[in-house]
Amino acid sequence: MANDEVILLDFWPSMFGMRLRIALAEKEVKYESKEEDLRNKSPLLLQMNPVHKKIPVLIHNGKPICESIIAVEYIDEVWKDKAPLLPTDPYERAQARFWADYIDKKFFDSGRKIWTTKGEEQEAAKKDFIECLKVLEGALGEKPFFGGDNLGFVDVALIGFYSWFFAYETYGNFSTEAECPKFVTWAKRCMQRDSVAKSLPDQHKVLEFVQTLRKKYGIE
Amino acid sequence: MATGSVKLLGVWASPFVNRVEIALKMKSVEPEFILETTLNKSELLLKSNPVYKKIPVLLHDEKPICESLVILQYIDDSWPNGPSILPSDPYDRAIARFWASYIDEKWYPLVVEFMKAEGKEEKAAVLEKISEGNLLLEEAFIKINKGNSFFGGDRIGYLDIVLGSLLGWVKAIEMMDEMKILDETKMPSLAEWDKRFCSDNVVKDIIPQPEKLAEIHRKFHQMKKATSN
Repeated sequence: MANDEVILLDFWPSMFGMRLRIALAEKEVKYESKEEDLRNKSPLLLQMNPVHKKIPVLIHNGKPICESIIAVEYIDEVWKDKAPLLPTDPYERAQARFWADYIDKKFFDSGRKIWTTKGEEQEAAKKDFIECLKVLEGALGEKPFFGGDNLGFVDVALIGFYSWFFAYETYGNFSTEAECPKFVTWAKRCMQRDSVAKSLPDQHKVLEFVQTLRKKYGIE
Repeated sequence: MATGSVKLLGVWASPFVNRVEIALKMKSVEPEFILETTLNKSELLLKSNPVYKKIPVLLHDEKPICESLVILQYIDDSWPNGPSILPSDPYDRAIARFWASYIDEKWYPLVVEFMKAEGKEEKAAVLEKISEGNLLLEEAFIKINKGNSFFGGDRIGYLDIVLGSLLGWVKAIEMMDEMKILDETKMPSLAEWDKRFCSDNVVKDIIPQPEKLAEIHRKFHQMKKATSN
């Protein structure tokens, strides 16, 4: 695929952008990364994702693929000769898709509410968040990765959130290690992979970013 | 060719269950339909879908698969010899998945919001948002079908099933509220597609008539009122 042009419209703290960074790195795909200013979206972003106007957007030979899980699946199908992310067995594939969808439906919101709310609402969000982690721990079982022996679809979908945990723990006043040690073990195992370590931002930078957002939204 | 028992937990009035029924029929697979009642969830449902406790659940060789879009793709993967549900080209697949996600996460929730809204003004406000979505879907259909009858080409496919399955309820809501959600003048191509989809051999005995759905809705609400008193 020597003449492929691959562009990623991204935003450094986005856990959704991280999914594509990891997938492209696992597949050893060369790409150009364009950092978006979400307060001043580029004409390219608006043209490539007119429906949602959101990042990440993968642009492959001029054609846009939007929505991170869909883009990861696209990357897996196009660059299928290296590091397969989805399993081959139909039932295992269905499980992987189910959990990726669960992460998007349940996990993102509960995490977000931890740093955007206070008092009772925040306590409820913390409870939800930890419950989600426990459900995901259950799905992981005894495997080293959700993908089995190697990083897979669900690992790629989930690990980006780990860069936000320091922020969640700071504002929510809890410790993931204490509540869900198995989850933290899994996360640290993922972080040992180059593709992951190079794709996730420093957690202190994320905390600073969240601080700025909280001030901006008047949550402080 | 996949073997093993195929069971579908659902209710005939659920568009999400209808999706699975259509997909299985495309593959010439006849499931054992296990009827769930909406008010009291069965042990089997709670055991098979502990995360969401919702139908549809497909049980293939007693192994549960949940979430209608996941199930559709599972059916396509498991019965590769029948007609394809998803397109074969990766980019076309990504586009199909994108619009399926849009329909389930943005468009249909607005339709439900419309149904629940009280008073003409509130309903009109939601309807305006739906109409914007309708235009997007009309444009998408014209781009995707490449001059063919369906999103899937000359035969129904993933996106036809995802959007088409919801039409029964959309029309039932139009009846109950006496307001048009699907305006043929603004979405002429989809209006024609609608007729073709609903009369397709695979589909026609599966999507319930809007009148029956409207009746179910009325009865369900009467039941709910009665049990909460």
